[in-house]
Amino acid sequence: MIRLEQVSKVFNQGRHNEVRAVRNLSLELDTRGVTVLKGPSGSGKTSLLAMIGCLSRPTSGRIHLEGRLISNLPERFMTEVRRATFGFIFQRFNLIRGLTVLENVMLPAYPLAPDPRELRDQALDLLRQFRLAERAHNQAEWLSGGEAQRTAICRALINRPRILIADEPTANLDSQLSRELLALIGELAEQGKGVLISSHDPLVFDHAQVSRVVELRDGGLA
Amino acid sequence: MRALLRRQRYLLDYSLSSLARRPGKHLALLLVYSLVVFLLASTLLFTQSLRREAALILADAPELIVQRLVAGRHDLMPADYLDRLGQLRGVSDAYGRLWGYFYDPAVKANYTLLVPRQEPPVPGEVRLGAGVARTRGLGVGDYLSLRSARGEPFSFRIAGLLEAETELVSSDLLLLNAEDFRRFFAFPADRFTDLVLRVRNPSEVRKVAEKIALALPDTRPILRDEILRTYDALFGWRQGLIIVLLGGALLAFVIFAFDRAAGLSAEERREIGILKAIGWETGDVLRMKFWEGAALSLTAFLAGYLLAYAHVFFFAAALFAPVLKGWAVLYPDFRPLPFVDGLQVATLFFFTVFPYTVATIVPIWRAAITDPDQVMR
Repeated sequence: MIRLEQVSKVFNQGRHNEVRAVRNLSLELDTRGVTVLKGPSGSGKTSLLAMIGCLSRPTSGRIHLEGRLISNLPERFMTEVRRATFGFIFQRFNLIRGLTVLENVMLPAYPLAPDPRELRDQALDLLRQFRLAERAHNQAEWLSGGEAQRTAICRALINRPRILIADEPTANLDSQLSRELLALIGELAEQGKGVLISSHDPLVFDHAQVSRVVELRDGGLA
Repeated sequence: MRALLRRQRYLLDYSLSSLARRPGKHLALLLVYSLVVFLLASTLLFTQSLRREAALILADAPELIVQRLVAGRHDLMPADYLDRLGQLRGVSDAYGRLWGYFYDPAVKANYTLLVPRQEPPVPGEVRLGAGVARTRGLGVGDYLSLRSARGEPFSFRIAGLLEAETELVSSDLLLLNAEDFRRFFAFPADRFTDLVLRVRNPSEVRKVAEKIALALPDTRPILRDEILRTYDALFGWRQGLIIVLLGGALLAFVIFAFDRAAGLSAEERREIGILKAIGWETGDVLRMKFWEGAALSLTAFLAGYLLAYAHVFFFAAALFAPVLKGWAVLYPDFRPLPFVDGLQVATLFFFTVFPYTVATIVPIWRAAITDPDQVMR
């Protein structure tokens, strides 16, 4: 269970360009199934996902993960929680150019220093699972949109996280690829992974696998 | 421990691939960095080598030289002083030397004329230093014609050339017989240029010098240690001069490195953001960048130092020799003996790697502490 208590996020606080992205939001989210944060651009979806995923801290309020307060942890511990609990799929894939697909997938595991052979085998297994085995040694910038997205999913899964966080995952995909992606996400949810998605794409929040839709507007619940 | 090493290996692997992914930027930095190390290392290696060479040569020099002074200037030494000094307790040997300088207008060079104590050439013959022979284009068996200070022509047959190993000190040397020397310079028969004393016990040298100063107040004893110190100061001064000039280059390099690091491209900043978002700590990013800098620094240091070594010891420091050896028409063709001083290497390492690290760490740290959620925007 993820519990948010009176969470606010303010950017550029006290300056002329201050932005209140999230306002006093309280919410409970299941760590199983597929949850979609729905809302128009600027509604605070991405800021909320970043705070839940320990990528940033709330300006005020608290976030609990399975009963543990995670919003005020020092950076090092926040990183540990992020690494162990969450896998991220970004809107623009954020693969590192110049590295191969395999290297990109293995990257999140480097700080954990697993056995190199085991890590490589695990990454290749994931690539096979997502039909990317033959692309393993290609450079990331040569991939098509769908392949890049699937590589990003493999990368998100390499540390075996409990929860996947996907920020607007279909924004750069056509309808066919979007459906394929949602099918893959559905399979992961069936395997027991929790999935948190932010999206304003009807293909996403109308999908059969989605267990809950939370609608946001102007930084709060709609 | 094993996990720690493995983690560093992963970070090093990533750093090396990161260097390889931006070859243009890093090659430029590597070239400038290696050049700075090369210039500094060449200066240090060459001056160190010169000092060592001077010390080796002077190791056989006499412990004491006594010169006569008149009105504070070096004057000729009366021969009877020799008997008085030879009787001083502690002096094992004493002899007078004949030497002087001669300006040869034909080649606009100064020669040092010296009468050797052992195996002097026969009258009418000379042995030449390699510099004189080169400048005048002469070889063994040829005749060297000079016009003395009184305008009289002299012609000497060249009986031999001095060994190349001693060229640093013998390049401008012309060895001749005492009679020829006195005739050539119209040198009084009862005078020497200076006197040389051998003192067997090194701890007595200063005492003997004090006795000389008391017994012959118009003379000046010069200790071998003083000559060594003078050489040391001379080469040290020249090295300092070059290093001050190179300081500008070093500063320019630091600014260049800072600019390169501060100007982390949007791509690099994005990459750091991605690494943090997918689970790397700020410390991991800094360690990765440390390895990147270390790989670059060590490569540049090694390349620069090896090039400097080759420059100094295989090519006789062709770039710096004019400043460091001193100016002369009769340049010694001097090949320094290969010699590496550990402390010197450590000093050079500190003065090149440390400024680079300091110049780059701040901008990298600023990029590394960026919130990882930036990549989601």
